[in-house]
Amino acid sequence: MSPDMAQAILLTIATAATPLLIAALGELVVERSGVLNLGVEGMMIMGAVTGFAVAQLTGSPWLGVLAAVIVGALFSLLFGVLALSLAANQVATGLSLTLLGLGVSGMIGENFIGLPGVKLEAISIPVLSDLPFVGKVLFNQDPVFYLSLLLAVGIWWFIFRSRAGLTLRAVGDNHASAHALGINVLKVRYLAVMFGGACAGLAGAHLSLVYTPQWTEDMTAGRGWIALALVVFASWLPFRVIIGAYLFGAVTIAQFHAQALGIAIPSQFLSALPYLATIIVLVLISANRRMTMRNTPASLGKPFVPDR
Amino acid sequence: MIRIEVSRRRQHSQFFAIASPFIALAITIVVGAIMFALLGKPPLAALYAYFIEPVTELWSVHELLVKAAPLILIAVGLSVCYLSNNWNIGAEGQFVMGAVAGSILPVLFPQITGPLVLPAMLVMGMIGGAAFATIPALLKARFNTNEILSSLMLVYVAQLFLDWLVRGPWRNPEGFNFPETRTFHADAILPEIWSASGRAHYGFLFALIAAAVIWFVLSKTIHGFEIRVLGESPRAGRFAGFSARRMIFAAFLLSGALAGLAGISEVSGAIGRLTPSISPGYGFTAIIVAFLGRLNPIGIVIAGLFLALSYLGGEAAQISLGISDKVAAVFQGLLLFAVLASDTLIRYKIAIVRTGALTNGGAR
Repeated sequence: MSPDMAQAILLTIATAATPLLIAALGELVVERSGVLNLGVEGMMIMGAVTGFAVAQLTGSPWLGVLAAVIVGALFSLLFGVLALSLAANQVATGLSLTLLGLGVSGMIGENFIGLPGVKLEAISIPVLSDLPFVGKVLFNQDPVFYLSLLLAVGIWWFIFRSRAGLTLRAVGDNHASAHALGINVLKVRYLAVMFGGACAGLAGAHLSLVYTPQWTEDMTAGRGWIALALVVFASWLPFRVIIGAYLFGAVTIAQFHAQALGIAIPSQFLSALPYLATIIVLVLISANRRMTMRNTPASLGKPFVPDR
Repeated sequence: MIRIEVSRRRQHSQFFAIASPFIALAITIVVGAIMFALLGKPPLAALYAYFIEPVTELWSVHELLVKAAPLILIAVGLSVCYLSNNWNIGAEGQFVMGAVAGSILPVLFPQITGPLVLPAMLVMGMIGGAAFATIPALLKARFNTNEILSSLMLVYVAQLFLDWLVRGPWRNPEGFNFPETRTFHADAILPEIWSASGRAHYGFLFALIAAAVIWFVLSKTIHGFEIRVLGESPRAGRFAGFSARRMIFAAFLLSGALAGLAGISEVSGAIGRLTPSISPGYGFTAIIVAFLGRLNPIGIVIAGLFLALSYLGGEAAQISLGISDKVAAVFQGLLLFAVLASDTLIRYKIAIVRTGALTNGGAR
């Protein structure tokens, strides 16, 4: 394989991995607060349609990204009201957020099918992007790519090095004790859920403004669910999410490169790879109980109703 | 500031247990009317097109039953899963694999005819769906793998597998390259119940039978008790000698088999061949049906009919008012939200309180 080709492959892996990374990082924060939001797919597709539509109407992809982030956060509030304030079942509520998101995005997006998209252009970082080989891959990328890596570092710092992060973990590990300590459990969880929604919205905008700048129905194609699996894979650690996201990015683009290399496997089988890989990875991780138990937020998925 | 205050009831509210689905419907209809008004459509006419028009003629009532059959069959199985705390959300995939397995005879062996073909197809469909549901069950029971994610991932795998079959090895040799299998022969078609008046096929009867049987099991046998105990308190279940591991398999196999039966019934009764898209999301809509029916088979029959209405209403409103048929999916999502919100009323008291300087809100 020539260096040029390797570089091209690395570039596509990074592009495929970025939305997974962002959505998974957002969900990681949500789950660290003890909330399981299965609505990632729905928030992501809402971000994708919003980003595309706003960029189309205003001509500015930046406004599209901004709108997607806001809509993602607002959409997650629906989940928040139900699962946090009304203490509804989190699994069912998350599912309904996904179903609603797929429906609403389909309805909004109908007006945008087939329209040319507005692409968020790459930003070349001077000097660094001229470095041999790694320059193109790491320093000549779209802005959301840079943001995704900053986000990973920022979230790691927040969770493990800041006081607010300690509060977040306390709420996720034992909401009753956190409440007794005077922490406003629901407020922390609302903020976490909205952060997760904003991240999922951003991930969706990356799909419709960078990855494939166009709108097609259900274009997230299960990426929100894969992001959920990545959080488990990473055992709730931000840097492991990066590894997971890039592994899955590689699996996702394998289908395109396999065809280019002339490997004669039906395309459907290659398309199924990311989903099968998700299952295999989940099995490997969950079979190792010690590893999963260590970081799993103990209150994950349990509704909290303060005593009055 | 206005705040929602939730407090646990001492006992589940009997009143809201019955009223909550109706409250949910009312919320959905009001929100739907507002949505139509925002879209610039007359709300009342739109609601009429959605919920009344499809049941004003006999043939369209038949269509309603065609759509309700898979929803009820799948949702009845899912109710057992959800009651026992097994989150199978991959019924769509089990539906597809049931349809594929059930179609082996008429597609690959069209020379085999006779009255036994159809029963064999139905059994194979159930086996196909159950076998596919065994995967997440096995992974959960053996490796403690999250069944939500594994069962959902398998939906995509099943859809891609079907796509490959109908475009590749199973494509109709005389089909002008259309991605579909050969049309099923007469012995492989699930007959209509009353063919003089419409298309409704025996799938709807299967759905009613499944609902009746599961209702009996849930409310009159020890197994129903076992399902509920293991679902609500696995620890208590263990003390009672119930096996959570066996329950995982039972719930997944049952719901997989029913989804598979729904799949082969749909293909053999309503479509007549395999195509790349044999389901408008029945497996996911059935999740809404299960919750709207409050995980009770009788409630599920009613809820299934109602959600079937939303599919038909979507088509009707598109024709008569030019409203996108995508609105149906929005309605379905809204409905599940409303159901979950209303269900809170059963277990909790909800008060909307004004907090401010005049109350003692700050003292807490």
